[in-house]
Amino acid sequence: MGIYTFKLPDIGEGIAEAEIAEWKIAVGDVVAEDQGIVDMLTDKAAVEIESPVGGTVKELCGEAGSMIAVGGPLVRIEVEGDGNTAVEDDGEPVETASSTAPADPETPVQIPTPAPQPAPAPAAAASQATPPATPTRQVSSGGLPRKAGEKPLASPAVRRRAQSLGIRLEYVPGSGPAGRITRQDLDAFVQGHQGAASPGAGRAAKPGVEEIRIIGLRRRIATAMQQAKQRIPHFAYVEEVDVTELEALRQHLNAQRRDDQAKLTMLPFLARALVIAVPEHPQVNARFDDEADVLHRYDALHIGIATQTPGGLVVPVMQHAEAKSLWDMAADIRRLAEAARSGKASREELTGSTLTITSLGAMGGIASTPVINAPEVGIIGVNKMVQRPMYLGGQLTPRLMMNLSSSFDHRIVDGWDAAALIQRIKGLLEHPATLFMEGEA
Amino acid sequence: MSDALSTQVLVVGGGPGGYVAAIRAGQLGLKTVLVDADQLGGTCLIRGCIPSKALIHAASKFDALQQHVGEGALGIRLPQAPEFDLGGAVHWKNGIVQKLNGGVAGLLKKARVQVVSGWARFEDGKSCIVEGDGGTTTHIQAEHTIIATGSLPVELPGLPFGGNVLSSTDALALRALPKRLVVVGAGYIGMELGMAFRKMGAEVTVVEATDRMLPSYDADLVKPVRNWCRQHGMDIRFETKAVGYADGQLTVQTAAGEEQLACDKVLVTVGRRPNTQGWGLDRLVIDMNGPFIKVDDSCQTSMRGVWAIGDVVGEPMLAHKASAQGEMVAEIIAGQRRKFDPAAIPAVCFTEPEIAGAGLSPDEAHAAGLDVVVGNFPLAANGRALTMEAGESGFVRVTARRDNHLIVGVHAVGAHVSELTGAFVQAIEMGAVLEDLAGIIQVHPTMSESFHEAALAALGHAIHA
Repeated sequence: MGIYTFKLPDIGEGIAEAEIAEWKIAVGDVVAEDQGIVDMLTDKAAVEIESPVGGTVKELCGEAGSMIAVGGPLVRIEVEGDGNTAVEDDGEPVETASSTAPADPETPVQIPTPAPQPAPAPAAAASQATPPATPTRQVSSGGLPRKAGEKPLASPAVRRRAQSLGIRLEYVPGSGPAGRITRQDLDAFVQGHQGAASPGAGRAAKPGVEEIRIIGLRRRIATAMQQAKQRIPHFAYVEEVDVTELEALRQHLNAQRRDDQAKLTMLPFLARALVIAVPEHPQVNARFDDEADVLHRYDALHIGIATQTPGGLVVPVMQHAEAKSLWDMAADIRRLAEAARSGKASREELTGSTLTITSLGAMGGIASTPVINAPEVGIIGVNKMVQRPMYLGGQLTPRLMMNLSSSFDHRIVDGWDAAALIQRIKGLLEHPATLFMEGEA
Repeated sequence: MSDALSTQVLVVGGGPGGYVAAIRAGQLGLKTVLVDADQLGGTCLIRGCIPSKALIHAASKFDALQQHVGEGALGIRLPQAPEFDLGGAVHWKNGIVQKLNGGVAGLLKKARVQVVSGWARFEDGKSCIVEGDGGTTTHIQAEHTIIATGSLPVELPGLPFGGNVLSSTDALALRALPKRLVVVGAGYIGMELGMAFRKMGAEVTVVEATDRMLPSYDADLVKPVRNWCRQHGMDIRFETKAVGYADGQLTVQTAAGEEQLACDKVLVTVGRRPNTQGWGLDRLVIDMNGPFIKVDDSCQTSMRGVWAIGDVVGEPMLAHKASAQGEMVAEIIAGQRRKFDPAAIPAVCFTEPEIAGAGLSPDEAHAAGLDVVVGNFPLAANGRALTMEAGESGFVRVTARRDNHLIVGVHAVGAHVSELTGAFVQAIEMGAVLEDLAGIIQVHPTMSESFHEAALAALGHAIHA
């Protein structure tokens, strides 16, 4: 019998490291050759790694959340024969460390996290195959004092006192038989200590604090957002747009659409407006390498579509929007959103955006201050459509209004230029026919 | 003549919900006006609980006396049979009602509640017009309104009340005993009154459209009641619908076809409906919950400052629930934080024998997903019950969670068990566990010992059974 040390293979172009998303095996398990053993999360996508050999798992060289360098040991498997772990392989088991462990410069496979990275786009973060956060341990010995939905038990006088104090007994631990909340329990809760607990009386402690390691997609989002806000001087601009006519057109088109056509939301129209307006303001369609002080301007318009997924924010990319019809864009947006939500978006679909649009319209709210999807230099968001009374031609008229909320990298985009772009988009959206007047609008 | 009143609290309805709300509001220093078109006390005091219990008591006493005729019982012999004078019993009952009615008026006065007699009609949620006797009208403006209009007996389409077709209210005012009475509906009102009339000497038949009596109680609790009916010649007909009455004949429908039941009187007790008509509910923008006024856990309706309590807001239609809600709403209006969250609302069925209970039955506990232990203690093993001739087929039953022994329900059937409900509901409200009940010393000899023993039985070690 020998030990086979399986090292993290190169799982994609330019990938130097990956994060362990989820182990599918445990020490002691017998694995077969080609059996999926671990999901690794790169900054692009989740990848399942298969075992190259069959045998018994002896050691996992990291836990969920650990970063493993390409070429670093991933798992050690006891195999028939000699295995591959020769004397020159350091032979020492790699210390299993969480991402929060201090980085050991002597151990090449342990990549300190958060690792300085060139501001990855949140989109790049990839897949919700990884849970956004893994609860680890309870700091306090207790949690909620009773099962969810279980009615707290207390005498009428105690219930009455809790009501008068505005305290929900669901959150008060009970020290009495069957978890009954006594007067002393309530007093202790009010005073914020647990003095009334009698030893061994089955008393649950006050709701504790849970430590949750921020790993996986959530860590990538956190890192990207922090870097974007730290590095980019955001300039926010909000304008209202009269979308009465646009909405009429949208509804008309949706009513006419064929079965094979995706339903039109506001986003394809906004994308269409960007296709027309952006070439007039080329500095917004770019990626800024602020370490090299180089701005990459693009002729193509690759629109990032900020998408909420069960795992967190992901930004799939509609490539070459400038070459797509309105219906194609609607289909693309729907397809990309579904792929992102189901974790099936490919690495290519999650990279390369040059300008991002976002929508919180479904949630309501009058304005937002979107965070730029670095290294892009602008992001434009739609807010909820609301019918409001407006003065039009001296008459008070109900109009359907929608706010556009935008943020720009003030290092690259001046306020005047940003406003000019948004005003141009406003003009296009308010006169929807101009969205389709190629070269004339 | 027209008056105008301005008040902090307007209570519409003087029943056990309304008058309690008004008294509590008055106690709390709120300027309060109570409007009622009838005698104070509502259904409970005037037409329901109190008068029915008075007549049930009189009937039971007469029935008991009859046991002593001839060879006698308990060593007591009556030389001749007693006679029952329903008029006399009703007169006695009216005296009680009158006394309590006067008592309510006194309590309202003491709490400085202004009582306006007449029929209230809402203009909007904060104002109403009361038309009193003699053409007087009173306009009342209120900051808060408490709707406590109660409920009314349900009529059957083919059996409108009137003549020989009686509502429960009519039955409690009869001056002469019907020879043959048919009760339509085997719910608790029908069974209570039907059994009382049987004890008074009437021939009583009960017709029930479904296949069971007293549907809110399980079969174990109902069984002694059915036995009494059988032993005392009460004819109970299930799956039988009453469809019409004419010339001393009640027409009923069964699976076998139509049949005529000869009777002097028909008592229709097929349920009660909320009293939502005739006082201007349509002028209030209030959300409904089916036929009931919709309220939240503080009895607030969908209109700010308009509250509703008692039967008009839904089941259980019980006087003590209405009173508890009334007291609570008055306190909320006075600025206290309250909500209606009883652990259990006890209920009693004054049949023969009585059924009493609070909380969940074993079946209800199972349906709620609880794993429970059940302890039964027969009254036949209770000394006091035997000395009171209450030891026949009755029992006390405790239902508790298996995991922590928390009492989730207590039920009993037997003579006088209604008086045990205080202990039952107190145990549940206080969050008692079986060991609590086991650790309480009960007086010997009392029927309360049965409660203690039932808890011991649930723990697996009853002493006397």
